[in-house]
Parts: sequence; C-alpha cells; structure tokens
Amino acid sequence: MPENMSALQLVLTGDPALFAIVRLSLVVSLSAVLLAALIGLPFGAWLALSRFRGREGVIVVLNALMGLPPVVVGLCVFLMLSRSGPLGSWGILFTPQAMIIAQTILIAPIIAALTRQTIEDLWLEYRDELEAMNVGTFGRVATLLWDGRFSLLTALLAGFGRAAAEVGAVIIVGGNIDGFTRTMTTAIALETSKGDLPLAIGLGMILIVIVIAINAAAWSTRRFGERMAG
Amino acid sequence: MLTRRPVMMFAALTVVATSAAFAQDKSIAVASTTSTQDSGLFGQILPAFKKKSGIDVRVISQGTGQALDTGRRGDADVVFVHAKPQEQKFVADGFGVRRYPVMYNDFILVGPKSNTGGFNGTNDIVAALKTIKDKGVTFISRGDKSGTHAAELALWKGAGIDIAKDRGPWYKEIGQGMGAALNTASASGGYVLTDRGTWLSFKNRGDLVIAVEGDNRLFNQYGVMLVNPEKHKHVKKELGQAFIDWLISPEGQRAIADYRIGGQQLFFPNANSPGAQRRAAPAAHAAIP
Repeated sequence: MPENMSALQLVLTGDPALFAIVRLSLVVSLSAVLLAALIGLPFGAWLALSRFRGREGVIVVLNALMGLPPVVVGLCVFLMLSRSGPLGSWGILFTPQAMIIAQTILIAPIIAALTRQTIEDLWLEYRDELEAMNVGTFGRVATLLWDGRFSLLTALLAGFGRAAAEVGAVIIVGGNIDGFTRTMTTAIALETSKGDLPLAIGLGMILIVIVIAINAAAWSTRRFGERMAG
Repeated sequence: MLTRRPVMMFAALTVVATSAAFAQDKSIAVASTTSTQDSGLFGQILPAFKKKSGIDVRVISQGTGQALDTGRRGDADVVFVHAKPQEQKFVADGFGVRRYPVMYNDFILVGPKSNTGGFNGTNDIVAALKTIKDKGVTFISRGDKSGTHAAELALWKGAGIDIAKDRGPWYKEIGQGMGAALNTASASGGYVLTDRGTWLSFKNRGDLVIAVEGDNRLFNQYGVMLVNPEKHKHVKKELGQAFIDWLISPEGQRAIADYRIGGQQLFFPNANSPGAQRRAAPAAHAAIP
C-alpha cells in the first residue's frame, strides 16, 4: 500500500492494494467456512443422533477444539506443508491454499460442535415422527440439517467470525507476502510493527465493518428465508 | 482425530480448486528480514526487477535466524539476510550455494529524548552499553535470533559484558520483530538497537531519538544466497539466481541506492567492495530529528 495514506484515504481513492487484501481475506475465510461446513455439518449432525461408547468423550473433545489456538493450528499445518514435512511435495506452503487449510481446521470443530447442539435439540422435537416414518440415519441427518438450516446459519457465522478475525494461523502458513498472502489481519499486524498505528486502526475498522456487513446479510437471509418457509 | 481423513480430502480439493485462481507463472519465494520489508526497500526495488525479468518475487519477512531456517527447510528459493557468520555457516553446511554481499546500512542505538543513559549524542557504542548495564537503564532486546539480535549480542560481548549472566530486570527480551521492539522501547522509555532503515520508516517514535550512531562496530552487512538445489530439488535455481544476479548487477545496485525516505539513503550497495565499508554518510544522518 502507498506510504503516508490513511485508511480512509485508501478506501476513498479505491486503492487497488487494499481491495486485493480485502478480497483475499474474504476468499480465504469464506472458502474455509465452506469446507468446514462440508465437514462440520454432517459430522455434528451424525454425532447428535448416534449413540456409542465414548460419545460423551468425543463431545467434550469437540467442544474443547472450538478453542484451538490459531497459532498452534498454524504451526501444525506449517510443519505438514513445509518442504521438509510429509506434504511438502504439494508445494503450497506460503500460498492462499495453505491459509484455507489452516482456517478450515480451525473452524470445522466450531461448526461441528454448534451443529451437534442445534441438531440434538431439534431431534427431541422430531424424534417420534422420524422414528415412526422409519427413516435411516442418513435421512435423519439430511432432514434435521435442512429443517435446522436457519439456526445453523449461526454456526457458520461463528466459524466465519473466527476465521476472519484470526491472525496467528494465516501469518505462519501464509507468510504475509505482499500482494499474495497478505490479509486484513496480517496487514494490521504488519502496520502495527511498522509503527503506523493510525493505518493499523483504520484497517481494523474496515475489517469490523466488513464482518458486520456479512453478518447483516446473513441475518436478513435468515429472516427472509424464515418468512418464506412460513 | 476423527475428522482427519475428510480434512485431507477437502484440503486436496481446495488445492485443486484454488490453484488455478492464484497460479502465477514465474515466481520465487525469498525469505528475508523484517528490516528489508519494514523499511520499504522491497516495495521500491521489486517492481523494477519484475518489469525487467517478469519474475514475481514473494517475500516472506522473518528474523534472520528464522529466514535461514526457512531456507534450510526448503521453503524458500532465496535467502536475503544480515548476519554474516550465520550465513557462512548456512553455506558451509550445504544449505546455500554461495553467499553474495549486496549492501549495508548501519545499526543505531535509539532511546528516550530525556537521555536517561546520559550518553545521547555520542558515538561509542561500547561505552554506551557499559553505562546501560551499570545504571540499569531499560534496554529492549529483540530476543528472536534475528540479525539485529545477533549483532546486539556481539556488541555486548565486545563490551566485555556476559549478558546471559549480567542481565537484570532492566534487560527485556521481547522475542519479536524490529517494529515491535521499537514500539516497546517507545512505550517504556527504553533503549533499543535498530537498523537505520527500519528506524527511518518507523512512524510511532514518540520520545525516541537516536542516542548512539556512527561507530564502525555498528556496520550491518546484507548477503543473499540461493538455497542449494542439491538439498531441495524443487528450488527454482534459474529464477532465484536471476534475482541474485540482478541484485548485484549495476542496475540492481542503483535501485537499492536510489531508495530514500525523506531524502535519506537507507541502504548502501557494496556488492563489489564488501570489505571497503564507509561510514554511512554521517552528514546526512545528522539531519535526522
């Protein structure tokens, strides 16, 4: 980004570097939410419905994983993807792909744990009906996920919030490369270390506004959908 | 972990799905130091190199120790750092092909305007460090195995102080980058050793001023090395070497010399005469507020 410009000026002048950073942040975090949802929603729903030995333990561990420290996830992914690590041949360390993988691991437990809770509550309501209709596990999971879709939006938003806000994982596996893996949060960390606190705060404001906008959009989708669905 | 297999599967999927979107033909990864990045040097010289060669240089800025480690692991093609003994070891151990000197700048000791150490404005770094230790004046150390940290430790040693043994509560190791160390010094009224480039571009100085500068022992040489393709097959040796060749070419050296902040030159190219350092333009430095 150009020197000696405030965050407001960057926005008003439509600074391309700033928009590239915002775009990358959104691409990375939204991709991670998508992948984590593909893993977390079915897994959480399955866990809500199944009964097996050690289930309580799995739930406790899953809930605990919601608090995974981003820097630890970053470090683990770094060690896996490093050229000297087991997946080094992929050659994707210090790329946006690596950042998406790290954030997916970070937020999949959040989505899974919240889904488990939501579906378990729904299950109490639907149990008799589904059992009477003799629906299999797969059908139950699908039905409950579909019926709980508006509540589950909150789980996805919680995941997105975590992904968009974290800096520890993406800075380790992305490397904060200018124009390639620099996101809002790593840019804020960089500007802080350069002592440009006003620009860092300005970027922070922009990030908060974006997060609010996305939550507002999701909220109105939910309201609209609920009304449509009656 | 139960979710592991799906994670790997989707990870692989993501890679395929997104690599097209982010693919760039010619690029190299350069592990470098926070000083070259935070000072804005790369922002100045990389566009010129890209224009000439079409090669996209991706800079990962870390402390010198970490940058060398990134090279050792094979996660970068080129390493561009400033700690000669560690660089020589890197090459001797077979991780780097050859070390090329590129440029120098100098370290300065910055501290509070109120002159708590009583040596502000002098040019004897050894005397200043002895005073800091004797008076127990707050001193911020990078503590992150960076080039600047290595230089600081060498200076303590040169002053006859065994910092591991003689340190007290006045010596604060923060384990972070140059900017963070300057922020800490600024907030706590302490002294800190910094490279001049980062200082010149640093914006949150508060009451910090240059306390000691111009000592020959504060010389700071940068070197660049290609990561050894024999250790790591995937190293892009042609592209990496092209970058190194450009850095030490007259054109690259001029680009480095041309980088200025507020009219002041930050780095002094010396690819051809790394031994013959001159004192980093003291006349110009005197004008720094």
